[in-house]
Amino acid sequence: MGRVEELIKAHGELEREVYLDFENSSPVPSEIVEAMLPYFNRIAYGNPTLTHKPGWEAYEAIWKSAEKIAGFIGAREPEEINFTPGETEANNLALMGAALKNRRNGRKIIVSEIEPLSVLHVCRMLENYGFITVKVPVDGEGFVDLEELKRAVDREVVLASFMSVNNEIGTIEPIKEIVEIVKDRSPEAIFHTDASDAYGRIPFHVERLGVDLATISSYKILGPRGVGALYVRSGVPLEKILEGQFGTQKLWPGVENTPLIMGFYSASEKAFANFERNVEHMRRLRDKLINGILEGVDEAILNGPRDDKRAPDNVNVSFLKCEGESLTVELSLKGVYVSSGSACTRRILQPSHVLLAIGRRFEEAHGSILMKVTRYHTDEDIDYVLRAIRESVARLRTIYGSMGG
Amino acid sequence: MSRAPLPYSPKILELFRNPKNLGRMDDADAWAVAGNPACGDMITFYLKVGEGEVVERASFESYGCAANIATSSILTEMVKGKTLREAWEISWKQVAEEVGGLPSVKFHCGVLAVGAMRRAIREYYKRRGETPSWIPKEPTFEEKQALEEEELAKRLAKRIGGGI
Repeated sequence: MGRVEELIKAHGELEREVYLDFENSSPVPSEIVEAMLPYFNRIAYGNPTLTHKPGWEAYEAIWKSAEKIAGFIGAREPEEINFTPGETEANNLALMGAALKNRRNGRKIIVSEIEPLSVLHVCRMLENYGFITVKVPVDGEGFVDLEELKRAVDREVVLASFMSVNNEIGTIEPIKEIVEIVKDRSPEAIFHTDASDAYGRIPFHVERLGVDLATISSYKILGPRGVGALYVRSGVPLEKILEGQFGTQKLWPGVENTPLIMGFYSASEKAFANFERNVEHMRRLRDKLINGILEGVDEAILNGPRDDKRAPDNVNVSFLKCEGESLTVELSLKGVYVSSGSACTRRILQPSHVLLAIGRRFEEAHGSILMKVTRYHTDEDIDYVLRAIRESVARLRTIYGSMGG
Repeated sequence: MSRAPLPYSPKILELFRNPKNLGRMDDADAWAVAGNPACGDMITFYLKVGEGEVVERASFESYGCAANIATSSILTEMVKGKTLREAWEISWKQVAEEVGGLPSVKFHCGVLAVGAMRRAIREYYKRRGETPSWIPKEPTFEEKQALEEEELAKRLAKRIGGGI
């Protein structure tokens, strides 16, 4: 088992292709690729710590990117932006770095049940070093239970991590209130938020929210993969988690990847130019997709909240009597690319922890698909997707049949 | 969550797109279910048995991934024309071979299909009040796996409070 050539060929000539799996990877728009290209071999290809022109050019390019990105999230200093190879690495750095450096302040880490695995699994790892994780539950739409949070936080809390927008179900969490609750009860605690699904899609301002650490990711705003950043408020003590040759990035060793950082910067600029218009466009297509599915397909359930409480790009729907992995394959054959919260690729039969945390039954979680719309999608794309979903769910339900009933 | 890549064989894709012997069989002599929707996979296997206990027809319904659909479908083809005793002997590995190989995370699809088929054979004899000597009293590996999966689903559902 190894080759998938035949699977790719089986798609044949597709009438249209609509990529909606922006949760897991992203095509990079040509205009952003164009912005990166000079940095591979025409300019700034040197190591930014070295004393020659290509090195200084790289230093300048990285500095400018940090300055701009700092501006987009309301950070005070460009030095507060620490480039990493992505969201996973930034979350690892935030949690391990903050817990290990500040262990004298306490041993308790507070998170929600629906954090990404690059947070939850790091917590599990930190438990091996004497830390205790407390997971705060969420309600049926994914909102953190603030009363439970109040009960859970005490002076032992050294670190809290709550994502700004849930990556699977689009819930926009009340981060400002969560920060206040945590800091009221444990003033020394360091507050981290994974803002990868907030950045470029909802107003996000580190100073106004009062967070100490924030993760942002390039590919989640249509930039290249392999780059992200951790905002670290100046003065917040963090341990490095990798050792080696350090350059311009104080917390991440190795040679800076200038073209990727430029791609991240360019993607950020394009997300924030006409921010309101971009968001309105996404929100309209999101609602068209959600409403079209709920009206056009029986036994379909929306996962997560609606309207202004939901990220403008996120659509997550469960179909009963239709298993999610089958649906991703069937939709792929029609040129529609989505992902599923089904457990189908795992033997231990555990579907998406986020869907289970909001109270979805197993069969609802197995039948879920996750889609994200962008400013590049059109009404025609969504019409095509809706037709493909209706046809695909209908065909898979004929395979389900009566199931012996 | 670890997500293994799924290099499905062309045969699996073909059976997924055009499953053979799909659908409920109203004149079935026996049928059985294996798996559970809570596990994300479930199969119903129908048998029509003719002279000399030869399988005339078999059909299936499925809730599951592409491999689940393909393995169930191929098994309905494999048992056709075989005596029930011969059908019983088909192993999940033969099913996996017949679909051009299964990714390791999908072995249980083959297991579940065989489990459902053997349950249907047991059901056939139960309805007739017979117990042929070649059917083991204890459930076989494939049947046990199906059972374990069902019990696991119930346990998990109980633990997190989700109903089935």
